[in-house]
Amino acid sequence: MTTASGRTTTSAPAIEVEGLTRRFRVRSKGFARTEVTAVDDLTLTVGAGESVGYIGANGAGKSTTIKMLAGILVPSAGTVRTCGLEPVRQRRELARRLGVVFGQRSQLWWDLPLAESYRILAAVHSLTPQRERERTAELVERLELGGFLTTPVRQLSLGQRMRGEVAAALLHSPALLVLDEPTIGLDVLSKQRLREFLLAERAAHGTTLLLTTHDMGDVSRLCERVLLVDRGRLAYDGSLAGLSRTVGARRVLVVDLAVPAADLHGVPHAEHLDSEGGGLRQRLAFDDAATTAAAVLAAVSERVEVRDLSVEEPDVEDVVRRVYLSRGR
Amino acid sequence: MRLSPGPQRRGGVAGTPRAWLRVHGRLLASGFRRGAAYRGAALGGLVANVTFGFLKVSVLTAAVAAGGGELGGYDEAAIVAYAWLSQALLGSVNLFGRTDLADRIKDGSVAVDLLRPLDVQTATTAQEVGRALFQLLPRGLPIIVLGVLVGGMRLPTDPPTLALGLLSALLAVVLSYLLVYLVAASGFWTVETRGLQVLYMIVSGFLAGLFVPVTLFPSWLYALAVATPFPSLLQVPIDVISGRVDGAAALGAVGVQVAWVAAAFAVGHLMTRAGRRRLEVQGG
Repeated sequence: MTTASGRTTTSAPAIEVEGLTRRFRVRSKGFARTEVTAVDDLTLTVGAGESVGYIGANGAGKSTTIKMLAGILVPSAGTVRTCGLEPVRQRRELARRLGVVFGQRSQLWWDLPLAESYRILAAVHSLTPQRERERTAELVERLELGGFLTTPVRQLSLGQRMRGEVAAALLHSPALLVLDEPTIGLDVLSKQRLREFLLAERAAHGTTLLLTTHDMGDVSRLCERVLLVDRGRLAYDGSLAGLSRTVGARRVLVVDLAVPAADLHGVPHAEHLDSEGGGLRQRLAFDDAATTAAAVLAAVSERVEVRDLSVEEPDVEDVVRRVYLSRGR
Repeated sequence: MRLSPGPQRRGGVAGTPRAWLRVHGRLLASGFRRGAAYRGAALGGLVANVTFGFLKVSVLTAAVAAGGGELGGYDEAAIVAYAWLSQALLGSVNLFGRTDLADRIKDGSVAVDLLRPLDVQTATTAQEVGRALFQLLPRGLPIIVLGVLVGGMRLPTDPPTLALGLLSALLAVVLSYLLVYLVAASGFWTVETRGLQVLYMIVSGFLAGLFVPVTLFPSWLYALAVATPFPSLLQVPIDVISGRVDGAAALGAVGVQVAWVAAAFAVGHLMTRAGRRRLEVQGG
């Protein structure tokens, strides 16, 4: 297979997981110990060049899976192959093909200027001086790091540091980039810039992306495929649109009215959720499969005068909750 | 997916001795710069080391005077040199047992270290040794200068003795960080290592000769001390630098240091290999 950038690839999947299980012994009361299964008989394959969102509630087993994919946690049962390698046994070889960004952990040298981290990492990954110059320049330009390269990492803002982290994970041009909550705590603009960069990076180099997130915007903008994990098991594998259809995730139309009105019940395919300001602002949920935002708005406009409107997209929590509900939790 | 590292890397030399030296040299330099980032802390350390240096000199010279001008082979000049040299090395030789790695295992940041194509033991040690070597500038050299100018310390100046003294001091620094690595690496099993760290702090300082030279110990305690690596951290480099031990005996003493470095490295290597499989990286 040859990607758009001309990088020659074999058909080896980026991730192959079969029957993957990880159990932890946790202390419950005193010396008593109970066993918790964080990842339970997980089987999945991610092809080279894919872009996959890995979502689920806190404690669903996302981080545990990532640690096993990266070779820093030994599975209790099952097999993992990442970039065609056995992660635990071939940890160092894998580290040359894998980049990981932990939203809550830094891989930069805290006390040193940001640029120093890239010089160290270039040596760590044995980049030639020419390759080091080219790749650093590329990342500095596209992630807009130039303004704070000489600033010690501990003095960077969160948004600056996260861009710095992504550059650090990509300096060695890994085939697979894993992002664990990359946009956590970022403001809207910073999220937007990071997403745009990741799309461009993928288009330019054919990098495989796997990301965990609680932000539906990350998934809808970056991922072609969604894996939803529930209590360590795979609960859904497919497109985001399909997931929304399956669980009936609804969008919400928010209308501001010219004058307060009674609750807008009885709009076709829409359900009145709540009203504020005595009926001045009302929220109506509707199902994308049955109607459109325009049709709901038209139906509302026949009854009241609308001054302003916005549409809320379903969020990951909402989708996850619905999947869990449909599975009897 | 590419199965070989590819042409953008230095033609397959990752893993050769030259690539190893390049990476570890860079890590050593980064540690040195990290040390330089906190000059205020280094100055505070200097003040503490100098203060205790004066105390140590007055106690030990009083003991020598009480012994009739000689105590276990130390006259007043020799004991003064011992006191100042031990204080000068204290900023660089780790006798406290604490390293960043212990914290990184406890809070899970060690995951980041394991995601690099590096050996955790050598990468950690290179960075820590770099930071310790920086401490020689603000804490080691000023104390030696002070000892010579104010304390009347005399040091040998012939190049071979000086060179061997420097080598011995470097080996002491490296050995101390290889030993402290063992304390931190036990965290692969226990996560929290503070108890072991406190034990290391008490035992290593005493048996290294931080308070009194090991050679003044009663014979049974002396036998116990020299069966451990700790005299190689202070007693040996001080003896070699001050010229109290010279010639073949000095070479032998440095040879003992090299043997302890090799042993500590080997144990740490085995612990890293086994511990990595036991590790449950903390935090989500």
